[in-house]
Amino acid sequence: MRSAKQIFAMGGALAAALALFVTTDAVAQWKPTRTIEFIVPAGTGGGADQMARMIQGIVQKHNLMDQPLVVINKSGGAGAEGFLDVKGSRNNPHKIIITLSNLFTTPLATGVPFSWRDLTPVAMLALDEFVLWVNAETPYKTPTEYINAVKKEPGKYKMGGTGSKQEDQIITVALERATGAKFTYVPYRGGGEVAVQLVGKHVDSTVNNPIEAVAQWRAGQLRPLCVFDTKRIALTDKIAGNMGWGDIPTCAETGLKIDYVMLRGIFMSPGATKDQVDFYVGLFQKVRATDEWKKFMAEGAFNTTFMTGDDYRKWVEANENLHRDLMKEAGFLAAN
Amino acid sequence: MEELGALLHGFAVVITPYNLLMMLIGITLGILIGVLPGLGGANGVAILLPLTFSMSPTSAIIMLSCIYWGALFGGAITSILFNIPGEPWSVATTFDGHPLSKQGRSGEALTAAFTSSFVGAFLAVILVTFLSPLIAKFALQFGPPEFFAIQLLTFCSFVGMGKESPFKTIAAMMLGFALAAVGIDTMTGQLRLIFGWHELLTGFHFLIAVIGLFGVGEILLTMEEGLAFKGASAGINTRVVLDTWKKLPKYWVTSLRSAAIGCWMGVTPGGATPASFMSYGLAKRFSPTPDKFGRGSVEGVVAPETAAHAAGTSALVPMLTLGIPGSPTAAVLLGGLLIWGLQPGPLLFVEQKDFVWGLIASMYLGNIAGLIVVLTTVPLFAAVLRVPFSIIAPIIIVICAVGAYTVKNAMIDVYMMLIFGIVGYVFKKLGYPLAPMVLALVLGDMAETAFRQSMLFSQGSVGVFWSNPLVGSISTLAVVTLFWPLLQRAVGFLRGKAG
Repeated sequence: MRSAKQIFAMGGALAAALALFVTTDAVAQWKPTRTIEFIVPAGTGGGADQMARMIQGIVQKHNLMDQPLVVINKSGGAGAEGFLDVKGSRNNPHKIIITLSNLFTTPLATGVPFSWRDLTPVAMLALDEFVLWVNAETPYKTPTEYINAVKKEPGKYKMGGTGSKQEDQIITVALERATGAKFTYVPYRGGGEVAVQLVGKHVDSTVNNPIEAVAQWRAGQLRPLCVFDTKRIALTDKIAGNMGWGDIPTCAETGLKIDYVMLRGIFMSPGATKDQVDFYVGLFQKVRATDEWKKFMAEGAFNTTFMTGDDYRKWVEANENLHRDLMKEAGFLAAN
Repeated sequence: MEELGALLHGFAVVITPYNLLMMLIGITLGILIGVLPGLGGANGVAILLPLTFSMSPTSAIIMLSCIYWGALFGGAITSILFNIPGEPWSVATTFDGHPLSKQGRSGEALTAAFTSSFVGAFLAVILVTFLSPLIAKFALQFGPPEFFAIQLLTFCSFVGMGKESPFKTIAAMMLGFALAAVGIDTMTGQLRLIFGWHELLTGFHFLIAVIGLFGVGEILLTMEEGLAFKGASAGINTRVVLDTWKKLPKYWVTSLRSAAIGCWMGVTPGGATPASFMSYGLAKRFSPTPDKFGRGSVEGVVAPETAAHAAGTSALVPMLTLGIPGSPTAAVLLGGLLIWGLQPGPLLFVEQKDFVWGLIASMYLGNIAGLIVVLTTVPLFAAVLRVPFSIIAPIIIVICAVGAYTVKNAMIDVYMMLIFGIVGYVFKKLGYPLAPMVLALVLGDMAETAFRQSMLFSQGSVGVFWSNPLVGSISTLAVVTLFWPLLQRAVGFLRGKAG
């Protein structure tokens, strides 16, 4: 008899606890209940990977979340592996992905079936800039001088870049179309390698992201000519000699009307609820507020625009159209 | 000797109880990571990287680089005992390490492997200490034609050395190239050979092929032979370490040559894997007893292990001085540097003396600590083989499956591994060599990219491989190596005629 009573008592307690749990759950927002997979659709050591690992470190160090966050690289097929994985995880709120331009370029160039519409947009974390670099031992001080030299000998000057039919080659083609110059584009695996190839004079110029080439710039081996954005980078600290990021002119100032920035944004698996999206937006707002993040942004000379909700969705849509136009002009679209 | 003073300063930075503790933890974790196939040094470091953000950069890099040394050491263990390379660069170690193990000489093979690893790393660290800035300048001279010439040299030093017919070797190698071509083509951004099947987007991962071909294939063969694993009779001899050490000095030429190859490949980001293959090939070519290779030659363990470790160590030079990683693990460490607020590149040696010299000092200490840890475990690991094979085989299969799954967190890879296992079994039955296929699968992609980049450079002229003294001499060396057996025969023929 006693045991039956106990069971009743336990049952009652359990029911009460359950009721309590349910009510608090209805009031509080959604929270992750297990480990969150943070997919990087690129290799280890690259720009997206560095940012993802930075976020992982910040979340851990400042205890921003009860559940752990694990970074997983799925770089195969120019990132298609990662995007297809998230696309296939409908209603799994424990999976997020950081993007680079291959969110647009890979499906357009290869015909692999995915698009940002298959995912749930969460937030734009930052925009990555692109800079036109030459070896510091060459005589070119302005983009105009360099482009004029390239025009004189079509095909002789080599532009090194990351991957094929991706952002670096898109900018190169845009540059060719705007000026009539002709480069030989040489694809490499990663941005770091491209910068070193330029120092070794194996290529004549690159359009590296700031973080990929800053070390060589500081050491006086590379020279930035212009930044592919509508306005200068808002950082005044001196990096090399008396020059800082803010002293690099925009390409438009020098007569090259080309601007291109790369999305560093977060998406999650399809079918996510508003509560779940709000949780991640809140998480990334906390990440952005830390000193580590601010320092990281300054080091990589990132454009720190933050967007969520409809603004973000509209931006991504416009950016997708931009990529389609650019790639169509360049003849990079998949045949089908 | 400015470097010597800096190095002593580095030791002063490193030798604190906390840093030494981190070093031991790192080594032990690294060995575990190296033993488990699929996990790999790069993954291990990546997983643990965020844990180190709250440490000082110096302690963090000491721990992480010790994981790296540990993984380099650990990779040899499963290659020798079970014919399963835990890391890509231990594939060449299986060629002689596993036959030795089957003869009941696993203790000897493990000791030889660990000691050579240590020697390779130590020689490389000395190089790093005194010549880093020079090395960095040399590495800058490497463009695509130079990379391709090195890949060519690796292939050439490997062709025509097997017992099998050269046609079978070429057939296996071509199959490897074909498998390497599957997936996305870096040069055009197009998908190749996937036949509309998106699971193949990522291509065939080298580790899955290796785990299947070597590990599963080996188990199938042993099963056919009635589960008799000959290593089982091996007695445990605690003196095996000392006994092996007595024999090792006679291989000093091989060690030095392999260390030189390793350093060279590590600096010019060829990496540890080609280094181990190339030095195995050359060791066999220059050995007075080439017939013993592949059947359990200690020299055949010494050569790849020395080279792999020398390459793994010197790969940190381009990472620190140029910001380009010489290996996947170095790539992850590179990410770590940035997060700790350190900028790898030409100025790191000038601006971050404590960090750089602390790291270099930890390379010396980490390798000594690693050697002590692994050598004490030799009898333990050798004893694993005393467990009856019918018990250990299922365990190995499970570990292989977990390893294959870990590579990309995808179940398809486990099935892929099983298919590769059957392929490996059939290859062995028909007398086709596995090594050339694996070599082509690992390096095919890199060689292809470098070749096509060179062709872009030269507008399609092969002359680019003889366009400057550096690339010209490597290319010539490659061609000479390829035709060396023929040349030797021709010289012998002429001599015979004269005599």
